[in-house]
Amino acid sequence: MSLSEQQVKEIAHLARLSVDDGELEQTTAELNNILGLMADLAKIDTEGVSPMAHPLNMSQRLREDEVSEIDQSEAFQAIAPQTGQSHFLVPTVIE
Amino acid sequence: MAWETVIGLEIHSQLKTKSKIFSGASTAFGATPNSQACAVDLGLPGVLPVLNKEAVVMAIRFGLAVGAKVNKRSIFDRKNYFYPDLPKGYQISQFELPVVGEGEIEITTEDGVTKKIGITRAHLEEDAGKSIHDLYDDYTAIDLNRAGTPLLEIVSDPDMSSAKEAVAYAKKIHALVQYIGICDGNMQEGSFRCDANVSIRKKGAEKLGTRAELKNINSFKFLEKAINLEVERQQDILEEGGSVVQETRLYDSVKNETRSMRSKEEANDYRYFPDPDLLPVEVDDELLQQIRANLPELPTEKKQRFVGELGLNDYDAEVLTSQKAVADYFEAMLEVGADSKLSANWVMGELSAILNKNQIDIEGCPVSAQAFAGLVMRISDDTISGKIAKDVFKAMWRGEGSADEIIDSKGLKQMTDSSAIEGVIDEIIANNVPQVEQYKGGNTKLLGFFVGQVMKATQGKANPKQVNQLLNEKLS
Repeated sequence: MSLSEQQVKEIAHLARLSVDDGELEQTTAELNNILGLMADLAKIDTEGVSPMAHPLNMSQRLREDEVSEIDQSEAFQAIAPQTGQSHFLVPTVIE
Repeated sequence: MAWETVIGLEIHSQLKTKSKIFSGASTAFGATPNSQACAVDLGLPGVLPVLNKEAVVMAIRFGLAVGAKVNKRSIFDRKNYFYPDLPKGYQISQFELPVVGEGEIEITTEDGVTKKIGITRAHLEEDAGKSIHDLYDDYTAIDLNRAGTPLLEIVSDPDMSSAKEAVAYAKKIHALVQYIGICDGNMQEGSFRCDANVSIRKKGAEKLGTRAELKNINSFKFLEKAINLEVERQQDILEEGGSVVQETRLYDSVKNETRSMRSKEEANDYRYFPDPDLLPVEVDDELLQQIRANLPELPTEKKQRFVGELGLNDYDAEVLTSQKAVADYFEAMLEVGADSKLSANWVMGELSAILNKNQIDIEGCPVSAQAFAGLVMRISDDTISGKIAKDVFKAMWRGEGSADEIIDSKGLKQMTDSSAIEGVIDEIIANNVPQVEQYKGGNTKLLGFFVGQVMKATQGKANPKQVNQLLNEKLS
């Protein structure tokens, strides 16, 4: 599998990364190199090996359902660029 | 051209945990904006999610209730997209290995048709925050209290072929999540939300048509309306030779229309990958056993019991078990000693009529199950007739006291003294000579007239059975 420059542009847009046209050729080549490594890995026979979801061979610890957090909204609002009426304010989003 | 509709539903059910799925912040509804959004919910640097055990337990409870395969190992993934009410830039969800696999549920439509609807999967995920567009002219205001509230997304197979079936399915799931105590089912507060995937195809065609996803549906009535509107829209497009675009459409209940929201990304555009912050979730047999043992009586089981043990008919049992609160009310009446069939009739009749009229849920009913049982028991023991009981009930509804108090204070106790009733009957016979002659001449329909006269003269307090019997004797 190899990506076209157009696909790289689309992926960059989805991730909100700015890749300008000057960088596009090199970025595409680098990404395709990585995909090449993946293709090599895909050749390995993994019959009978269960898929790995995490590098640690452990399972998730579960928390009891208890409220342990206190209201720190003042501190959090103080570091936000803009707030009003206890809300975080962002440029208008229209649906 | 004949078309057929194909509908699948995605139901987001907020789980009734006290704290969030990955943090210890409260999930209580209605708090001051952002007062329940902690560092984890805000996605501040350096925080790590820790999974709430109760959310996993509730998801499994649902899985067991629909006879689904519960995956002993499930994985949390990141679903990546950008929106201001999603602080991290990704939603923690489950993609390849959800906690609940395939199951099914049986629905009964309004027309009485029974159908099995497949459940593709149910997975755990975190809710996003809320964007408020009308608080400021120049800004969108963000409240992140809801961010991180646990959701169980229940995905159905595309098994429904009409808006009515979709509603029946949604109602069934709505009742079930309340039965098993995992969701409060409050649609106004957004605890239970439906998205509908709707497509149409030529009748008999194998291949599914292009679907549109309908969002923003917060009642069963709107679900039905939105689907019907969308089916019409797609038919118009296809019959004019156009093609349906795969997109998300917002239902506007005020204008009663659906409109395009944004083109729905393909699944691969979300760039799902396993969340490195969370390890695989393992559910051991012991926990599974424990959850199974604690599962309450399910609606289908309750229905069977109502038919088998209480002798109710299928229809009554279905209606009474279709909402947990109604079943609870009915059962509380039986506990006090009210007759099951009479209670069923009164709950489904007078009680639901007045609740509907006043648009009150049974939880908010001013007449308690115990008080209502008290009324039904006075009908059973012939203290009052069914007709008088309706008046007593109205007085109870107005808060005038218990059934016994109202019967006493208004002197509504049924006359059972046959000599008193006989006296009234004799008088009526004497005053209605022509009718008596007609009756004796063969016009037996007039019996109703005499019964009416007696009831009128006794202000409805005579026992109708007794009146009939005595009249028959006197007029023969």
